[in-house]
Amino acid sequence: MFDIVSFIPRAVMQGIPLMLGCTGETITEKSGNLNLGTAGIMYVGGICGVIGAFLYENSGVVMVPVLTVLIPLLSCLLGSLLMGLLYCFLTVTLRANQNVTGLAMTTFGVGFGNFFGGSLIKLVKADIPSVVLTKTSLVFSRKLPFAGNLGWFGRIFLNYSFLAYAAIALALIASYVLKRTRTGLHLRAVGENPSTADTAGINVVRYKYTATCLGSMISGLGGLYYVMDYASGVWTNGAFGDRGWLAVALVIFTIWRPNVSIFASILFGGLYILNIYIPTGPNLAIKEIYKMAPYVVTIIVLIITSMRNKRENQPPAALGLPYFREER
Amino acid sequence: MEERIPAVAMRDITKRFGPVVANDNCWLNIYRGEILALLGENGSGKTTLMNMLSGVYFPDEGTIAIDGKHVVIRSPKDAFALGIGMIHQHFKLVDVLTAAENIVLGLPGKLDLKAATAKIREICDTYQFDVDPNQKIYDMSVSQKQTVEIVKVLYRGADILILDEPTAVLTPQETDKLFAVLRNMRNDGKAIVIITHKMHEVEALSDRVAVLRHGQFVGDMLTKNTNAQEMTNMMVGHPVVLNIKRPEPVNPKPRIEVKGLTVRSMDGFLKLEDVSFTANSGEILGIAGISGCGQKELLEAIAGLQPVEAGSISYVNDNGEREELLGKDPLSIQSMGVALSFVPEDRLGMGLVANMDLADNMMLRSFRRGKSLFTDRHSPHKLAENVVHDLDVQTPSVETPVRRLSGGNVQKVLVGREIAEAPKVLLTAYAVRGLDINSSYTIYDLINEQKAAGVAVIYVGEDLDVLLELADRILVLCGGKVSGIIPGRGAKKRDVGLMMTKLGGVGE
Repeated sequence: MFDIVSFIPRAVMQGIPLMLGCTGETITEKSGNLNLGTAGIMYVGGICGVIGAFLYENSGVVMVPVLTVLIPLLSCLLGSLLMGLLYCFLTVTLRANQNVTGLAMTTFGVGFGNFFGGSLIKLVKADIPSVVLTKTSLVFSRKLPFAGNLGWFGRIFLNYSFLAYAAIALALIASYVLKRTRTGLHLRAVGENPSTADTAGINVVRYKYTATCLGSMISGLGGLYYVMDYASGVWTNGAFGDRGWLAVALVIFTIWRPNVSIFASILFGGLYILNIYIPTGPNLAIKEIYKMAPYVVTIIVLIITSMRNKRENQPPAALGLPYFREER
Repeated sequence: MEERIPAVAMRDITKRFGPVVANDNCWLNIYRGEILALLGENGSGKTTLMNMLSGVYFPDEGTIAIDGKHVVIRSPKDAFALGIGMIHQHFKLVDVLTAAENIVLGLPGKLDLKAATAKIREICDTYQFDVDPNQKIYDMSVSQKQTVEIVKVLYRGADILILDEPTAVLTPQETDKLFAVLRNMRNDGKAIVIITHKMHEVEALSDRVAVLRHGQFVGDMLTKNTNAQEMTNMMVGHPVVLNIKRPEPVNPKPRIEVKGLTVRSMDGFLKLEDVSFTANSGEILGIAGISGCGQKELLEAIAGLQPVEAGSISYVNDNGEREELLGKDPLSIQSMGVALSFVPEDRLGMGLVANMDLADNMMLRSFRRGKSLFTDRHSPHKLAENVVHDLDVQTPSVETPVRRLSGGNVQKVLVGREIAEAPKVLLTAYAVRGLDINSSYTIYDLINEQKAAGVAVIYVGEDLDVLLELADRILVLCGGKVSGIIPGRGAKKRDVGLMMTKLGGVGE
């Protein structure tokens, strides 16, 4: 039987990393930077959090809950910030090709994650190739205390950790800022037409740097959430998979609207785990077909969005293009 | 009156782009309560000089003083703070934003679109602009966009206004309206600089003229003390002859016959409706109309680039045999001798590849020729050199990427290449868009040469004065329909202008 009450929370938890990745990438793309390094940045965010947590858990001191959260959180933010800065330096300051830079950074980020993941795994000398951070994960995945008393309502709506609610809040805030504030207006102008923004007196370089770094940090949180909550503090090389790419695809799916991404990423999260919940019988091949669902939907959505003519639903006009004021 | 302190005094300004010197020890005075026309050939550094005043470029050398005080303008923001506003030739507007959002773009403070809208309405009332602050830019016509640009600089309190070729995309009526506004602003005590190539506009509008040549200041004078001939001579540096020849057509025979042509755009709008005409060999058929009235679709339909809903286009060869062009692919139409040179608003959109050099752009037409496995690079190179020489293209070499050339020079390359094909039918749109007067005359001569050689020329023009002098017959389009076909000799500008805005041109 299809168990919706247990399916939805799993879909949401599956969707939160995508939501964070998507919100971060949307902010980035609104500045005209197509950061295909998001997959790598989420990886780096995850492993940096793991390193921070690992060092703290094994430092021998008595663990304080506040620090248990703050240390991995800050390590994660720092790691993804550095990735964002690197991307900006290459594409904005040195005007390197954005696609190539992004792809290179994804390769780099995944390699970085696997290298340090592998090193930690060697350090703990475990039988299975993974790092387990149970203590940190317990704090990260702490749910609202009264969630269990409210039946199905509690299980569907209140059953998540603080990072999940933070993800939703970030998406709503991003949406508001983009739509209603002057900063958002300026950012959109930078992504649409940087030379216009520049002649209007907007500091294009600063906006691009800020938006991209902020976006990277939000995306990086997606990696942290995945390890610490979804995977219960277990880091295994390669386990994060292609969620980063799904996040990039989600940006198009949500037509660059972070508030839409809340529903869209939960939908994608659901599609991601649909194969577990739909009874398929003994034939495992059918499961594999269900696993294709998120990608098939992405392709269909890409086709539909490219057919729409409405100008507001198009990607930022200067997406992927370098800007140099004195270019002739 | 010479004791006035100039609103802007630019001294010894030099600006280089790599090896190209755009401005060389240039100086310029701009006064309040005066409209200054800045003249110069293409690539003479007018736009660059003004861009330095508006903070887009930073001068390599030289000083700028505003009202006698020395200033440094590092960014457009600095320029706004000094009251300098520039309306660029290519509008600086974000398409997906509304007029109001565009106008407040870049300003500090909390975003309050309601207050902004009220202030915009107030400015519009003062100068009788017709702008809906909540309309999206992509829904606007060119003249509306320009109005938004003007409101934008006024909103920022600019009292030194620079307009770079503002009339290039306007109809005569819109131009008159703009000029009235500019005169109003001058009487308000604002300093106004207008860059234009149209001599009659300079004479009609400006109080003073300043001339640049090869990036240097050549001289200035009061408009009432000079004339088009003198100004042109100063611009070019030697006397030039200013009149467009219109030889009688030699032995005109129908070459292209269009019947009942109807074209619908991708989004289902009717772009051309039941258009019928004949283009004769040895004759220039001018096409007039407000921009976007189907000119582009018409030329593209003939060249085979545009799907047609109904109608027929036939090509009549020298022996009187007819051949239907519809249904043929562009390549075979081209091989029949139909050449298209369309200069779009952004100049590079069609026909030339910005990142390729001159010689390679010549090759775009010829690379299919020859049986060899390798392409022939020699003759395009030669052709490029000829075009550079014949049309006096300002370029460091034929190996320079086209995007580095100034707009006018880009056009010369495009038109030069199309004419070099020795076509039977020459379709040309906006061939002189943005070109200076001297280059324009070079192009008119080239077109007249083609006419004398028996080519059927279809010339879509933006400058009505020129169209009236150059074309043997004028077809006026209005909203995709033929408003009328009149002989070019003796046609009145006013009548054509009316036909452009109203089918048949009657009424009002």
